[in-house]
Order: sequence, then structure tokens, then C-alpha cells
Amino acid sequence: MTISRFTRRAALGVIAAAGLAAPAAAEVDFSGKTIDWVIPFSETGGSAKWANFFAPLLSEELPGNPTVVVKFMPGAGSTKGANWFQDQEHKDGTLLFGTSGSTQFPYLLKDPRVRYEYKDWNPVMASGTGGVAYLNAEDGAKFDGSANMLKDTDFIYGSQGATRLDLVPLLAWQMLGINVEPVFGIKGRGDGRLMFERGEATIDYQTSSGYLGGSADLVAAGTAVPMMTWGSLDANGDIVRDPTFPEIATFKEVCEATDGCETSGEAWDAWKAFFVAGFPVQKLAFLPAGTPQDVIDTYTAAFEAVVARADFPEISSKRVGKYSVYTSDAVQTALTTATDVPDEAEAYVLNWLKEAYGVELK
Amino acid sequence: MEMFATALPALGDAWALILQPIVLGYLILGVVMGLAVGVFPGLGGIAGLSLLLPFMFGMDPILGLALMIGMVAVVPTSDTFASVLMGIPGSSASQATVLDGFPMAKKGEAARALSAAFASSLFGGLVGAMFLTVFILIARPIVLAFGLPEMLMITVLGLSMVAVLAGRIPLKGLAAAGLGIMVGTIGEADAGGSLRMATYDIPYLTDGLQLVIVGLGIFAIPEIVSLLRQDRSIAKGASLGSGWMEGVKDWFANRWLSVRCSIIGVVIGVIPGLGGSVVDWIAYGHAVQTTKDKTNFGKGEVRGVIGPESSNNAKEGGGLVPTLLFGIPGSGSMAIFIGAVALLGSGDIEVGPNMLKSNLDITYAIVWLLALANVVGTILCIAASGGIAKLTTIRFTYLAPFLFMLISFAAFQSGQNFEDVLALAAIGLIGIFLRRFDWSRPAFLIGFVLSNPVEKFTNQAFQIASFRFRKGFDVGMEYLFSPIVIILIVITVVSVVFGIRQAKSIMAEGEVKSGSKRAPVVFLLVVIGYLVAALINANMIPDYNMTDKVIPLAIGGFALVCCLILLVQMMRLPEGDTIFADKEVAGEDADAPYGLWSTLAWFAGLIIGTYFVGFILALVGFLVAFLRVRAGSSWSKTLLLSACGIAFMCFMAGALNRDFPPGLLQDAVDLPWPLGGM
Repeated sequence: MTISRFTRRAALGVIAAAGLAAPAAAEVDFSGKTIDWVIPFSETGGSAKWANFFAPLLSEELPGNPTVVVKFMPGAGSTKGANWFQDQEHKDGTLLFGTSGSTQFPYLLKDPRVRYEYKDWNPVMASGTGGVAYLNAEDGAKFDGSANMLKDTDFIYGSQGATRLDLVPLLAWQMLGINVEPVFGIKGRGDGRLMFERGEATIDYQTSSGYLGGSADLVAAGTAVPMMTWGSLDANGDIVRDPTFPEIATFKEVCEATDGCETSGEAWDAWKAFFVAGFPVQKLAFLPAGTPQDVIDTYTAAFEAVVARADFPEISSKRVGKYSVYTSDAVQTALTTATDVPDEAEAYVLNWLKEAYGVELK
Repeated sequence: MEMFATALPALGDAWALILQPIVLGYLILGVVMGLAVGVFPGLGGIAGLSLLLPFMFGMDPILGLALMIGMVAVVPTSDTFASVLMGIPGSSASQATVLDGFPMAKKGEAARALSAAFASSLFGGLVGAMFLTVFILIARPIVLAFGLPEMLMITVLGLSMVAVLAGRIPLKGLAAAGLGIMVGTIGEADAGGSLRMATYDIPYLTDGLQLVIVGLGIFAIPEIVSLLRQDRSIAKGASLGSGWMEGVKDWFANRWLSVRCSIIGVVIGVIPGLGGSVVDWIAYGHAVQTTKDKTNFGKGEVRGVIGPESSNNAKEGGGLVPTLLFGIPGSGSMAIFIGAVALLGSGDIEVGPNMLKSNLDITYAIVWLLALANVVGTILCIAASGGIAKLTTIRFTYLAPFLFMLISFAAFQSGQNFEDVLALAAIGLIGIFLRRFDWSRPAFLIGFVLSNPVEKFTNQAFQIASFRFRKGFDVGMEYLFSPIVIILIVITVVSVVFGIRQAKSIMAEGEVKSGSKRAPVVFLLVVIGYLVAALINANMIPDYNMTDKVIPLAIGGFALVCCLILLVQMMRLPEGDTIFADKEVAGEDADAPYGLWSTLAWFAGLIIGTYFVGFILALVGFLVAFLRVRAGSSWSKTLLLSACGIAFMCFMAGALNRDFPPGLLQDAVDLPWPLGGM
């Protein structure tokens, strides 16, 4: 990705943000207060990185410059924290909550532990990411833009679990007709990459930042071959090439080129629905139910100001990836995108999880 | 060789970066903050770093690194205070230290134990840094050579230390380790997500038990309760026999042990995925195996302190390798560290493979800042150890309420549930009985700590091996039996053989008299009952989730067989045999003026109070009642001490931005912090 394209995108973003109705000058003041930004994950995950990145920026832009502290409430695959947040009521606007794809997926799959309802909450910011799948050098040589010559090969993939974000790559490979055997129980995508580097896993995927941080070097060294990105959504909701990796084909393109893989029909619709819920809008920040409009407006304005910082494109690209950050009206659309999956897609995925991995959520 | 040519100038640059007064100032600031934070068992590094994070944004990289590393580096040093003086394992790095460090404190040799531990820590840290300076250049391929079979074998080597620590009746040790593994499998399985001995109706159990809680429950609670019952000071006769110089001399006399354990620490620390959980046990086992007269282990052998303490600081250095080279954090604090590095300066330093190519000077600066922080931290700790060791001469009844306060708070921080405190009490009860009936507590803890790695590596290695075997028999064999695996197997076998021979002379619980059959048999039956329930429960997991049931079935079955043999032996052997070891028959516990249950009731009172009115209010009641009634102090002293305790608690929690367990009262009404929750 070139700098010019990047700044252009950023500039567009700023213009778009400024063009939206600027919230009325809020009279909310947080002087001397502490904002708790609760993350339902441990200190070690990507969500912690994300919240820790935004926290000091947010502190600078909120009226009264409150201290913004990130607090961690891990447990039960993030459902514990989300259930807790569901019970919180608006007090004085000093509570913010962050969710990730791992909070969205159990909600979409109707995990029995889910006792939270996204529709009750007030989103104030959302951001996304992308993902890249890649192969080892030996099998990568057989990859010609389609998966046709990979169908006789057995692959091993280090996975965190089929009901997590890994659902997206696993379903994609299955649709391509590749035989991928997941080794479950790894703790993070970093462990998956290590397994790939050791030659134990032969196929892998990373989110954009993980790919840039480690896997891109493997590609440069010739020990890995990029296969496809999940792509990115354009204004019409169509999948286009990922702006961070314009040179890598999308899953959609690879699927079209591969015999037996179709970019329409229920499998495709299900994959796309879960991809959209897990990547383009992966992380969201919420205020609790019942928050008055002026507080929401204050946060919205603050996040807009963060995104409008002159150095925001630069610092954010290094830490959270070069993807859109949604604020204002766009965030509501983003929330709908992330948490609205058609019933058929849900049913398809639940059935596939059961047949392929014996996973039943009840 | 080309690499070394670039390495020397980079090393010079690194020292130029470090040796600036302001950098050293930040380092010392970090060290002092780390020591202050390190008081809390199991919390130190993560809490401290989270606190620093907001300030890292845009900070000059070298200053930020100095501050953070200063803080992280001293945690394995400062938690030695808790493990030696109070028998509280502060982190997984100091569990083995408890075994001999605490008995030394009880003998009145706290200052000696502490200074030996600190001298070893310091030395280990320096050896680690020197080793890393060269090793980091060639580490990548070596780290990658450690695949799943290799990691499994290291885990097994760690488990084999059970042989050394099994106690007088090896079967009991094996059963205790098996029970530890079974307790470690509680919750949602990593692989298939099946629930084991848990239900979604109790969400707490689905995440399994935290190491902090099990460590505190198994080691700290039984000791605190026992000392409290005896109503004396930790150091018998309230005297401090030997001073801190003696400990340094001890270390010097055992410097080669210290060197070897340091190398063990770095090398195992380098392997990602294992973390620090096995290092100190392997080092302890090594210390035992290389000591001629083994009779003092478990009763206050200084080599049992020097071994693990040399390895645990060296391990921190080793842990930098996966963190810096692969971007894979070896621990919670390392994960925050990675995140924080990205915030530094203009964000140019990105942890990962590029660290060696583009930031070798920074890499070296990190390695040597860590070593330097160790030096500063250790000197401060040694200087303080004489004074702090005096704590062991205070009448324990005055310490106990504050220890209950600390460990309850520490337990709560691990998951921020009220259940954390409950779990602590439950595990504490198990610990009390393991101790009473002379079942090896270290064996239980090793089992628990290694439960997850054993299961994970076994399943994953099996799956990948069967994948390789499908390609060809030789491909599979080559994968499973790499040279490293074979070497590790040999080491394990040797260590088990030696271990079994030595186990009888190592009595982690000291001499325990035997008594009547009834109590030991009842306890054994309870253990059998749990194992049977766990086996039935595991067997109910459907077969397509084989990965989730194999280990519980195999280990649970094995432990059950051990227990059944024990049961048969118990039926046959006469009363008074060593198998019926029972601390309530004779010795300190039996002669104690206070009973077990009335002592435990105090702790239970704190927990029940917390359930109703939240931690701080319950703590006020607990401290006042305990000091007034149990310790029998005057009203003015009671109120003064209680106020100090509450103030300390609030100050620390406030500074670290932590909450207290809320109770029913807090659910009903909103109270301001610290009375209410978030």
C-alpha cells in the first residue's frame, strides 16, 4: 500500500467525518474523573492492544481530559464480561465497553452462555481488520490462483477453535474443497504462526497486523506463499481487494477460479455473513443501555476528533492496521453489519460445525 | 560470522544507550515501583505494567523500556519475600523456593535464606544476559527446532520431578500428582470445548482454576492456618539465627549449582509455550540430584533455595527470545510489554523477527537493561532483607489477619469473581488435608501446573504425528523421535530412576508421625470418590471430542489405580505404619493450642462477610474482631492495626486501579469506592 493512496483514504475519512452533522457542543465534563474501559479479554489479546491504543487518544479528546483506564474482565470466551456489561446501567458516562469478533460470534451462534443483547447498547466507535491465508512453500508451488491442484493434499492448521474467528478460514478452505485438518487448542494466532514456521502446520492465516508483523517476512524469505485475503467491503457491500494487500487475490476470486466453489448460494452467503461479522467490523466500543444522548454525542465527538488527528493514519496503521474506523452514524450501520446474520446463514454454519467438528452449542 | 560482526557494534550502541544518567534513573524508578507492587502475590508484573501503559504513548523508547523493564525484572526477585517469609508462592517462578525457603525461615534463618536467594537471582540474571547476548543471534532456528514432541518431552521431564518429590510413600505422590492434573482439567477443554467437572450454570468453573489460587491454596493457607493454631512466631523462638552475609557465602559455596541452574533457566525460558511453569521444578530436581546429603531437603536446605532462584531470573531473560524474536509473549506481563513497546516513540520498534535486523541495538539494550535491573533490584532486596526478615519474629497471630487479607485480595484479582475467594478456600482445604496426611503438595502442584501443557501437547503432537504417519512410517518416526526428543527421554529416564531412589530421604513435610487408620482412610476415600466422579464425567464426553476425554480418562484412571492400591495396603498394614501419616497425631499441629476448624472459621467469616457486605466492610469487621478476640489486643492497638491494614489495602488497590470483591450489599445499593465496586 502506497503512502499517497493511504493519505487519500485518510483524507476522505476526515472529510466524511466532518461532513456528518457535528454534534451539538456537549456540556458533559469529565474533569477529574476516571473512565473505565472494560475489555472482556485478558491483557494479552488483540483487543487489549486495540483499547490501549485508543485510551490515551480518547483521554485527550474528551472534555475535561479524564484518565481512561483499560480494565480486563476475561472469562468464558468474553461472554462473562459481556453478560456483566448487559447488567450495567448508565451512571455518569464513565463506563465504556469493548467487544471483538469473539464476542460477536457466540452471540450470532446463540451460544448458551450469551445473556447479552447488542441492540440494547450504544455503539460509539467501531473498527475492522482483514485476514490473509498462506501456504507453505512446497504446496504453495501448486497454487495457481485456484485451489484445483491443492485438492489432493492434506493440510494441517493450528486453530483456536471452530466457533471462533477461525470459522471464517476453515469454512473458506472447505468451500474450496481443500482438506484442512485443524489442530485445536492453540492460544492465539501467534502460536499458529509458530506452528507453521516449525513445519508442523502447513497452512495458516493471520489478521492483517499479524501478517505484516511476522508472516510477510516468511513470504519474503520464500518459506510461505500468500494464498488469499478475505477481502474488504466496498460501499455497496461487495467484496473487493483488501486495501492493505492489493496484490493478493481475495477468497472470492480464488473461489471463482476453483472448480466446485461457488460465490453464490447458501454456503457463500453463510461465509460472507460471518466474514462481515468478524472482520470489517471486528471491534466495537459501547456505552451501556440507557445512556443519555448528550453523553453519546460527547463520546462520538471525541472519537471523531481522534480519527481526525493529523497523525492518526500513521500511528493507527502501525498498531491496529490500516482499516476504517467508524464513528457517528456509520457506527450504527457497522453494528448492524456485525450483528445481523440471516437465519439461513446461522443455520448453515451451525449444521456445518456439527457435521465437520461435532461441535454443538447447547 | 557475519552476524557477529554486526553484533559487536550493536552491543556497544546498546551500552551507550543504557549508560545515560536519565536512563539509569528511569530504570531505578521502575525497579522501586516493581518492588512496591511485587508485594501482592501473583499480580506484580501485569498490574504494574498496565499502570505504566498510559504513559508509554510517544515516550522516548529507551526511557520507556528502562521504566518497564525495571518493573518487570524485579517481580521474580521481590516475590521471594513472600515465598520465603510466609510460605506464599508469589508466582509460578517461586513455588519451588517455598519448599526449602520457608522451613529456613521457620528455623530462624530467614535472612540467610533471603540473601542466598537474592544472590542466586542476581547471578542467574547476569548469566542469563551473557548467554542471551550470543544466543539471541542464533536462537531462531533453535527455537524452531522445538516442536510439539519436544515440548511434550520437556513437560514430561517436569512431571518426572514428581519422582523426586513424591515423599515417603511413592504411590501417594503419584496419586497426588494425578489428582493435581485432574483438578487442572476442570473447565472447558482447550481443544474441543467440552466441559469437564463443570457446567455452564456455574460460569466460573468453565474457565478452570487459576494457578495463583491453587498455589496460594495448596501452600500458603495450610501454613498460615498451622502457624496460627500454634500461636507462635514464624521463626521458632522468635530469634534470627544467622545474618545475610551467611546467605551470600552459601551462594558462593554453591556457585556451580547456580551456574547450571541459570543455564537450565535460560534454555527452558527460550522455548515458547512452556513459560516458567516447569523451570523452577526442574532446577529444584537438579539441585536435589546433585546434592550428596539429601536428608535436609524440605527441612531447610539452602541448595533447595539457590537452585530455583538461580533459574527463575535467568528464565526471564530466556523468555525475551520468543517475545522479541517471534512476538509471542511467554507470560501475561510480556504480552503487555509487547503492546507497550508499540506505543513507544514514533512506534517504529515492532516486536518480531525484525528486532534482530533493524533494532539489534534496542534488543541488546533490553537484554542488558533486564540484567541491570536485576542488579539494582537485588541490591535493594538484600539491603532490605535483614529488616524484613524480622517479620518472622513477630507473634504470628498479628500477621495472620493481614495475610488472609492479602491472599484473598490476590485471589480475587485473578478473575475478579467472588468465586475466586471461594475457590481459594476450597483448594486451601485440600491443601490442609494433603499436608496433614503427608501427601506430597509439590507433586499436586506440579500436576496442576503441567496439566494443561501435558494435555495440549499430547493431543496436538498425536494429531500431527498421525498426519505424518499417513505420509509414511519413517516420516512419522522422524517427527516423533528427533534427536532432541531422544536426549530428553534419556534425561527423563535417568532422573526418574535416580529420583525414585532418593525420594525416601526427601521429606517435603518433615517428619510426620503415624496414627490410627480412620482419618487417613476417610481422606483417601474422598479422593477416590472425586476421581470416580471425574472419570464418569469424562467418559460422558462424546467420542468425536476424543481429544477432550483422553487425558482425563488416562490420568484419572492411573490415579485411581494408585489410590486403590493404597486402599488395599491401608487395609492390610497395621496402625502406626508410615502410610497412616497424620499430623494431628503428634508434633506441632497436634500440640497446637487452637483447633483446626475454629481457626478456619475466622477465614470463613471473612469470606461470608464479603459475600454479604463486600470485601472492605467485611475486612473491617474481620480485622477488628480477630485482633480483639483472637489476638487479645487492647482496643487502641486493635483499631490502629485495623486502620493501617485497611489504609494499606485501599492505597495499593487505588494506586493499581483494582477493585474489591463486591457483596450482596453492593448489588443493592451503589456505594463509593472502596466500599462499592466499579
